[in-house]
Amino acid sequence: MTTATLSRWDRFRESFLWYSFKRDKVAIASFIVLVSMVLAAIFAPLLAPADPYDLAQINIMNSELPPVGLDGSDPAFPLGTDAQGRDLLSTILYGTRVSLLIGFGAVVLQAALGILFGLLAGYLGGRVDSILMRIADVQLSFSTLMVAIIVGAVFKASFGNLMFGEIAIYMLIFIIGVSEWPQIARTVRASVLAEKKKEYVDAAKVMGFRTRRIMFRHILPNTLSPIFVIATVQIANAIISEAALSFLGLGMPETQPSLGSLIKSGFDYIQSGSWWITLIPGLVLVVLVLVINLLGDWLRDVMNPRLYKG
Amino acid sequence: MTSPSSTLVDIRGLEKKFDLSGGLLEQISFKGGRFHRKQEAVHAINGVDLQVQKGEALCVVGESGCGKSTVARTVMGLLSPSAGEIHYDGQRIDHLDGKEVLPYRRKMQMIFQNPYASLNPRMTIQQTLEEPIRFHQPDATESQIRDKVQDVMESVGIDPDWGSRFGHEFSGGQRQRIAIARALAVDPEFIVADEPISALDVSIQAQVLNLMMEAQESRNLTYLFITHDLAVVEHFGTRVAVMYLGRVCELADTRTLFSTPRHPYTQALLSAIPKLEDDRPNHIRLQGEVPTPVELPSGCVFHGRCPYADDRCRQQIPQLIATDGGAQVACHAVEEGRL
Amino acid sequence: MPLLEVNDLVARFAVRGGDLTALRGISFSLDKGERLGLVGESGAGKSVAAFSILNLIARPGFIASGQILFEGKDLAAMSERELRKIRGNRIAMIFQDPMMTLNPVLTIGTQMVEALKAHRRISTRAARDIALTKLRKVQIPSPDKRLDQYPHELSGGMRQRVIIAIALLLDPEIIIADEPTTALDVTIQAEIMALLLELCEQDNVALMLITHDLGVVSQVTQRMLVMYSGRIIEQGPTREIINDAQHPYTQGLINALPQMGEPGERLFQIPGSMPSLKNVPTGCPFHPRCAFATDQCTRLMPEYVRSGNVDVACYEVSNLIEQEKRMQEVES
Repeated sequence: MTTATLSRWDRFRESFLWYSFKRDKVAIASFIVLVSMVLAAIFAPLLAPADPYDLAQINIMNSELPPVGLDGSDPAFPLGTDAQGRDLLSTILYGTRVSLLIGFGAVVLQAALGILFGLLAGYLGGRVDSILMRIADVQLSFSTLMVAIIVGAVFKASFGNLMFGEIAIYMLIFIIGVSEWPQIARTVRASVLAEKKKEYVDAAKVMGFRTRRIMFRHILPNTLSPIFVIATVQIANAIISEAALSFLGLGMPETQPSLGSLIKSGFDYIQSGSWWITLIPGLVLVVLVLVINLLGDWLRDVMNPRLYKG
Repeated sequence: MTSPSSTLVDIRGLEKKFDLSGGLLEQISFKGGRFHRKQEAVHAINGVDLQVQKGEALCVVGESGCGKSTVARTVMGLLSPSAGEIHYDGQRIDHLDGKEVLPYRRKMQMIFQNPYASLNPRMTIQQTLEEPIRFHQPDATESQIRDKVQDVMESVGIDPDWGSRFGHEFSGGQRQRIAIARALAVDPEFIVADEPISALDVSIQAQVLNLMMEAQESRNLTYLFITHDLAVVEHFGTRVAVMYLGRVCELADTRTLFSTPRHPYTQALLSAIPKLEDDRPNHIRLQGEVPTPVELPSGCVFHGRCPYADDRCRQQIPQLIATDGGAQVACHAVEEGRL
Repeated sequence: MPLLEVNDLVARFAVRGGDLTALRGISFSLDKGERLGLVGESGAGKSVAAFSILNLIARPGFIASGQILFEGKDLAAMSERELRKIRGNRIAMIFQDPMMTLNPVLTIGTQMVEALKAHRRISTRAARDIALTKLRKVQIPSPDKRLDQYPHELSGGMRQRVIIAIALLLDPEIIIADEPTTALDVTIQAEIMALLLELCEQDNVALMLITHDLGVVSQVTQRMLVMYSGRIIEQGPTREIINDAQHPYTQGLINALPQMGEPGERLFQIPGSMPSLKNVPTGCPFHPRCAFATDQCTRLMPEYVRSGNVDVACYEVSNLIEQEKRMQEVES
């Protein structure tokens, strides 16, 4: 308490978060891998040698070329090509972009719904709580896949394949977001129940503040830590859900492939020896999900209030 | 001693029950081949009448479970009474809602027990103190608000330069000062203090008590002071109400109560304070334990532990009756002159 | 030889950015049957001292140096196995929270029998009988019924009685009680303290009572230690210290009690608060809050001086004693 004021940056540098991050090699490595993958995905149009969405650039004669270093490879396609002759490296970069977009988008939607319903259920309690939490239970008893299959089938039938290709990404965000909100709502509700017993909430009530102000300005900021932890893990889950849906043919169309639909498209050619079309995007998916989960684990350890005091 | 015009807060026939039995489904049990419906409630307050006079510090003392904190929270509107009324300056306030209650929120403030939980951990001290001022004085300019915050921080002995810090950067005593500053920021007339010093160290308790006394003098405050610590009461209180199991058993001037305690429970409580001059514990031994407030004893709530209890005590609830010493005592033995 | 002798005990906590010293060399002794009070505010290190004696100090804390001699054997150098023979058996501990000792899913009887069988080779029946006599000793109503009850079925005061019964189970030489009544109401506190005192006197058990309540200390103990910021700043006979405290901190602590003030008047207050372990002041740790602090106090930690039967670590006190000596020399 020697200096009068600390900037946000100073506070961060003195925080336990930064301290434990510096000491955790796994967290640092995961963070570096994740950031480079995210950057690569964001800047895919600049980095990729070819544009996989541009049909004019694709030559069917180049199909199923192996990655560099194998017999019959072409140095123009470092990771080989897929069955349609698209450059696999470019397709993976664009695919990671799609997967990450869906992952983040779905979690933003989940968090918005989860935080709102969780806050309402936890703070208002009583009947509101019972109704919202029963809805959550019902929601959780359907698996994400089942909901997606039904909604996806309805969408496909009513919009047709072409139109579906354009809205697929929003549909996936919607399906995964809506079917997973109870996870976040439950976490929020649990921490709201703990927070609302604390005296600073009573102090706010005694001041005469309105319910909405107390909920969003006083309680919500104090429930962010667990939301942050669960949201990180949920991004990984959303990416996996998307991959699974795409693998089943209910996700992204092959003209606009995500990692999942790339894996699926290559799956048919494994028998004919073109294993790389499936294996390489598969590896990328595994690494992506793994680093997010490792970061999530680290965050959970750091933000666990029982371990972190003062 | 009291004229009705000087009463600031009037608590009339206050009762508060907390339902334990939950929903209808949880109330039903199957026993001996039949369904029973059982409703259980904690009887936290069972008919309390108290008047807080302008400018005084009325202390409410009792052991855990006696309902003293429930009285404080009900007066402040954090809980709604099951029965009874609360009047502030002649106006009934317990049934007001929304906008009507706002002026009273400014006039009545509260200080809490746990300084570690009563400050929002995600807000700086400046934000914590600015928010109530901004809320209750929407017309105030930024510089007026800043001046006001600086004033209250200085008045509680916190350096105004520390405004950008968060609560966890302060010690327990400093946090309690900040909590007091927050209450004072809206210029209240009446402050309910719910065990404000029991979480603090001895040397810090004195600092906070002194601060509260200073504020009382300079701002002409009225206190309702809730505590379990009788030693503090003797020092701080104008009048004392002793509570046991949701009822007031004795109400008197501090001096009268400490020199001549009348109710057997008050006597036992006073004798149990460990004093510096004692070489051995020399408390009045009570029999048994405090009954649970779920199943209240019949008659006088204290009869199970009282050495003077007779049949009347077991059946009839004693009312507060003025005695010649000036104290009001709810005890049949005192009334009959047996004690 | 005293029953327990602590010599220059240093305890540290390993935290990020180096070690924090919680106990900075404390020395005291405890005789057979003696009742010793350990007084201090939170952060003074009194609980660390109590836990260190049985080497129960939890990680990241550890004993850095010093001796804890129990009947001449150093507990600080003992293996965990040897210590286990002493813990609960020769030296028993009572915690503030009864649930630290009691297992919520086992009955009182099971836990008492288990504790007995861990240290003695006896039958379950014999162990149950001993448990029953100890429960009677702590004046629990219908003790035979309590044996088959679970901890949550008892009230707070009743639980603390059970804890005392468990502490007495193996007839220890020393009971260390860490704030045993802080969580209890005044009337219950008085009962428990009276009981503890009675039992210690009956069986000539030594008691080390850790508390922040000077009233309790004066009622129960014969000697007392006052701790501040990891050091003992004053120790001696309880009555002497309470009636005429030497150290300015002890004086302030006593004078700050509401019972010492005039009703309605301001209380005596010590400015500031206990320093945190992270930035302990140089010299005498109390000097930033002390009205008598001189330049010397800010640089050097004062040595103990004897005033009457009391040992005090304060330059102001040692200067006064010097002065008095000189005056006497002049007179003679």
